[in-house]
Amino acid sequence: MPDTGGSAKGDFGSPRGDPIEAVLTQAPELPPPTKRDYPAKVVVHLEVKEVVLPIADGVDYTFWTFGGQVPGKFIRVRQGDTVELHLQNHPDNKMPHNIDLHAVTGPGGGATSTFTAPGHESQFTFKALNQGLFVYHCATAPVGMHIANGMYGLIFVEPPEGLPPVDHEYYVMQGDFYTVGKYRAKGLQPFDMQKAIEENATYVVFNGSEDSLVGEKALKAKVGETIRLFIGNGGPNLVSSFHVIGEIFDRVYQEGGTRYQENVQTTLVPAGGSAIVEYKIEVPGTYILVDHSIFRAFNKGALGMMKVEGEERKDIYSGKEVDSDYLADKAAPSQAVAKAAEKMKEGELTGDLQIAAGKTLFQGTCSTCHQANGEGIEGVFPPLAKSDFLMADKGRSIEIVLNGLEGSVVVNGKPYHSVMPPMSQLNDDEIANILTYVRNSWGNQGEVVSPAEVQAVREKTARPPGAAK
Amino acid sequence: MKRVVFFIAMIGVCIVAEAEVSPPNMSRVGPGPYRPLYPPTDKEKEIAVDAFFLDRRPVTNTEFLAFVRENAKWRRDKISGLFADERYLSHWTGSLDLGPGADAEQPVTFVSWFAAKAYCESRGGRLPYEAEWELAAAANESSADAKDDPVWQRRILDWYSKPAGRPLGKVGRSVPNYWGVFDLHGLIWEWVYDYNAALVGGDNREQGGTEKLRFCGTGALKASDKNKYADFMRIAFRSSLEARYTVGHLGFRCARDLEDK
Ligand code: HEC
Ligand SMILES: [Cu+2]
Repeated sequence: MPDTGGSAKGDFGSPRGDPIEAVLTQAPELPPPTKRDYPAKVVVHLEVKEVVLPIADGVDYTFWTFGGQVPGKFIRVRQGDTVELHLQNHPDNKMPHNIDLHAVTGPGGGATSTFTAPGHESQFTFKALNQGLFVYHCATAPVGMHIANGMYGLIFVEPPEGLPPVDHEYYVMQGDFYTVGKYRAKGLQPFDMQKAIEENATYVVFNGSEDSLVGEKALKAKVGETIRLFIGNGGPNLVSSFHVIGEIFDRVYQEGGTRYQENVQTTLVPAGGSAIVEYKIEVPGTYILVDHSIFRAFNKGALGMMKVEGEERKDIYSGKEVDSDYLADKAAPSQAVAKAAEKMKEGELTGDLQIAAGKTLFQGTCSTCHQANGEGIEGVFPPLAKSDFLMADKGRSIEIVLNGLEGSVVVNGKPYHSVMPPMSQLNDDEIANILTYVRNSWGNQGEVVSPAEVQAVREKTARPPGAAK
Repeated sequence: MKRVVFFIAMIGVCIVAEAEVSPPNMSRVGPGPYRPLYPPTDKEKEIAVDAFFLDRRPVTNTEFLAFVRENAKWRRDKISGLFADERYLSHWTGSLDLGPGADAEQPVTFVSWFAAKAYCESRGGRLPYEAEWELAAAANESSADAKDDPVWQRRILDWYSKPAGRPLGKVGRSVPNYWGVFDLHGLIWEWVYDYNAALVGGDNREQGGTEKLRFCGTGALKASDKNKYADFMRIAFRSSLEARYTVGHLGFRCARDLEDK
């Protein structure tokens, strides 16, 4: 492949034709290819909005956004285009904002020209001399905070000849978030500056929320199709080890540049950087997108899904479908739990429904330590299966889940000297269902635990410092 | 005899000047130090701020309406575009009518710097300087300098991180601070006379040159300075303004010198 010549060969002269209003899209969608063979003037209207949206189930966060969601709207232009960018700062916003596009050639990348007070608009123009996939972000003081609140997105500068066609293009952008409450602590969670400085992320998510690419919102494709993912990483701090479980990337345009590497398992996406990955899908099923810095996937939310329909290919892969242990509560968060919640409202909650709901919740929250079969790990995590300690006192078991347990306990004759963190981010229904399941599984037999009982313990006892209320 | 009377009168004057009674609805603030985030020179890390009077509450819609009635040139249908942008008082129903969108006791917002300055002058006062405003705002309920109070810091940052798209509260409903002043945090942004004195560049990461300190962005802040983030946000906000700008969450209050000089 010959050298593209970089910015030196990126100027195709003055814009031609009428100015074109850019099509901007929210993730995971992309604007269509420009399909142009001449340089044009492209007008981009980007509106900054400060909004409250869920970052996880029951957890809200105040995001600062380019266009109303995280990540910001996707911009697509052609190399050599002249881009006239209008930055509007919505009148209801509290903060001034600006934009720095890494696609800009010029000091500051546009930040100085676009510093805008709430209720005002600014504009600047640049020629997109380099092709590639670029991050844009806000650069207003305190810069780290504006980025940590979600102020980033992607702009793709197409090579003049465009990219080869594929069946689906998707937009996925990772970001790390820092909240005062712990992971999944319910309610509106404020930004935590100290955690951000320590790079101690509470959430690491794709497209601004734990749930943005799971269940109904999973990316979709069919067997035999070729997929192109435009991956960005807004940071502010963490570098992503982007990986799709069960797929090998046929091509990766590393760091969003021009050349590609082939046959890649995991690609690094720097904070403030990008990558384009392409792969053909041969086998149907659910593919899991993760940051393979793997605690982020299972304990901080960096997990998405692509659901692929089509004919089985047992000659390529004989395996079973989605592994629910792997996915924990993400596999089928909805059905059992939702049904229990619904019946609960109607006053028809039965022990069986609670057990079914509790099972999924248990896989998500407790099985990491106590194991899926409840047997724990000797000397480290005590067993729940046939645990004399657990079954002796229902009220105490509620208290343990809510407030954690520290110090020595003897379970079935064996001592444990360890710490269980409080799980008070779970709501009363969830704890009641989990404990009903735990107390009625693996040979345990006990009464159901009702949400009212959990509520009573919650009111009567105090949470350790730092735990969700 | 004459001499004695004169002497007594002198004492009287002195006493009045010493314990000068605050004008109604104003608090005496300071004197005290102000430590600018971007000191103009190395020697001016700390600026001594003289005592002054500051409105205990931000100016309300009702008060501003009265001013507009008296001074027609500041009506929204009369004002020159040089002195206010097109959103000036746009939350009022009419030029002389608050209407349902603007509660009488809410702080007035959508006012330009020119209008705020004119209001204060018409009341015999002036806008506070940034140093004065920051000195007053550095206090929590119990101490003049609350920089070591993490709970108070947290509360301020929480306000900055809540979106503004909800109705404003009324003035004077919070707990007054050490100086007896209400609502310096948690209700609105406020104009100061020298609002762009500590101009933060549009690109808040630039380094070097004579503007080094002013443009140093977050990179130069050590972790131990993290409680300065609130100051940082105020300075960034002020420096995004122009004197004719009006913003939905930007109001003001007035200040006054201790005695007529
Ligand atoms: C991070 C690991 C961890 C997680 C997650 C966890 N536990 Fe524990 N759990 C422990 C440890 C460690 C102990 C023992 C603490 C000690 O030594 O004082 C314990 C003790 C217990 C006990 C009392 C001892 C026993 O075995 O009967 C119960 C009951 C219990 N956990 C239930 C749960 C439930 C229900 C969940 C999910 C909501 C859960 N735990 C999640 C680590 C964990
Ligand atoms: Cu911003």
